[in-house]
Amino acid sequence: MSDVTAAGAGVGRSAATGWIGRRVVALGPVLAVVAGILAIWYAAVPPMNIHWAASRAARADVAVSVPEGQSIRSAGAWALVLRNPGLIPATYTQDKPRLPAPHQVAAELWSTTAGPPVTSNKSLIHHASITLGATLLGFVFGALGGLLLAVGIVYNRVMDASVMPWAIASQTIPILALAPMIVVVLNSIGVTGLVPKAVIAAYLSFFPVVVGMVKGLRSPSAIQSDLLHTYNANGWQGFWKLRLPAAMPFLFPSLKVGIAASLVGAIIAELPTGAQGGLGARLLSGSYYGQTIQIWSALFAAAILAAVLVGIVGAIQTATLKRMGFGR
Amino acid sequence: MTPETAPRPETPAETAAPVIRARDLSLTFQTGDGPVHALKDVTLDIAKGDFVSFIGPSGCGKTTFLRVLADLEQPTAGSVTVNGVTPEQARRARAYGYVFQAAGLYPWRTIGGNIRLPLEIMGISRAEQASRVARVLEMVELDGFERKYPWQLSGGMQQRASIARALAFDADILLMDEPFGALDEIVRDHLNEQLLALWARTGKTIAFVTHSIPEAVYLSTRIVVMSPRPGRISDVIESPLPRERPLDIRDTPEFIEIAHRVREGLRAGHEDV
Repeated sequence: MSDVTAAGAGVGRSAATGWIGRRVVALGPVLAVVAGILAIWYAAVPPMNIHWAASRAARADVAVSVPEGQSIRSAGAWALVLRNPGLIPATYTQDKPRLPAPHQVAAELWSTTAGPPVTSNKSLIHHASITLGATLLGFVFGALGGLLLAVGIVYNRVMDASVMPWAIASQTIPILALAPMIVVVLNSIGVTGLVPKAVIAAYLSFFPVVVGMVKGLRSPSAIQSDLLHTYNANGWQGFWKLRLPAAMPFLFPSLKVGIAASLVGAIIAELPTGAQGGLGARLLSGSYYGQTIQIWSALFAAAILAAVLVGIVGAIQTATLKRMGFGR
Repeated sequence: MTPETAPRPETPAETAAPVIRARDLSLTFQTGDGPVHALKDVTLDIAKGDFVSFIGPSGCGKTTFLRVLADLEQPTAGSVTVNGVTPEQARRARAYGYVFQAAGLYPWRTIGGNIRLPLEIMGISRAEQASRVARVLEMVELDGFERKYPWQLSGGMQQRASIARALAFDADILLMDEPFGALDEIVRDHLNEQLLALWARTGKTIAFVTHSIPEAVYLSTRIVVMSPRPGRISDVIESPLPRERPLDIRDTPEFIEIAHRVREGLRAGHEDV
């Protein structure tokens, strides 16, 4: 997401063919990085899983070669791999591997999304949609709250001096410690279900919006503001005709960061609640039962969801800024 | 033809009340390094229909004086009236259009949208907005560019659009702060010519800040030479040139003589620092 930092720069030169061309060119490096990661991942699987494969083989009376004076347990992973190349295939097919192979994660992702009906507890789409609901609600809370705080900071001297340090401090508290308390407190006043998760998601997502919008609302140049003064414009006109439109290129990068943070918040909120559904619950149950493949596929589902959400915000950004005439 | 001199125009020849009247105007900025006297005892009258240029080195207070007239800075001593009232009242009455050093167009508005901005703020009807935009775009020779965005225009065109924006609400006074300072010589010549034509057509009173001697002499009926530390008026030169001025008037002996006098004035201001 290189355009997160670019604040709307490079949005929409007119020629569509150029756009497609640049996308194709941009795909090359991405594919190269993906191929590199897959290669490292596949290479890491045998040493990570060799101990279990070796003990299984030993129990089945297959000869396992270990360095002199050592047992399978105490032998180094690479030593086992190099001495027993015949065991390498077994490291890629275990049910509960330390490190699942990419194709195992892909197969699990496929079987849990395409296989069971989406209402089933086994469906990853079911879990992702639960997390998505909390993410979106939290994002709306967070973005609106961040927007209002930013307006307050820009227009009110007292808020300018007082709010920002607290906003920064709020982000230094580990959310993992704070989330259970928020859930418990809200539960005790009868608020359960989606809302506590959304509150935690909002807690993480308002901050980038505050920072971006304060900068954006303050971005008009002296000339642009003086101009309104010479027209005898009022503060309301100054906000709607100058500050808010000037802040738009700053808003969207903040929203991209905010929606990704909101997703993280929603997942973390699902961990302490003992939630029955959601990607967070899926991660937790996977770790209870040592279902590493399930954990990894839930992680990938979260990453894909985040990429889709950020991509949607990015598409809205491109369309909006292009429509507003921010040509370059 | 000999240039008339009026170094202290405290008794203006015009019988009509001046449009701009400053008396012993001073403005001191308090900075960390001590007070800065941006303006000291500036006394000046500008009559209706005058084209007055302010010229001087940076720090001489020419921009500050313009900003005081526009109620963008507050004087610390002396008095100033614009159309007979305080600058603040004049601003509230939208008595002047201000053109800044940079065009300052809003990038999310088309050229037409930028020109409409003051009209929207002043609550002018949509139909009237459209006809005014068309009229001022024609005045600055930008007809056909109404729907373009600022980034699609050259620097000179952007500055012309900003002049059109200042003209759109038809104020009688135009305050221009080095509007062509960032443009190249050829474009500047062309815009100077256009500005004179516009002034002749509209009869507006124009106060024009510049640091170019030929520009000041070419445009003005009166040239105010200023010098820095403290910012003050060191000479006021009445131009004997006719109001009708083709570009090649700059090669006539009269023109060269006035330019020479302006240069002398600038030099004198530097020496007695």
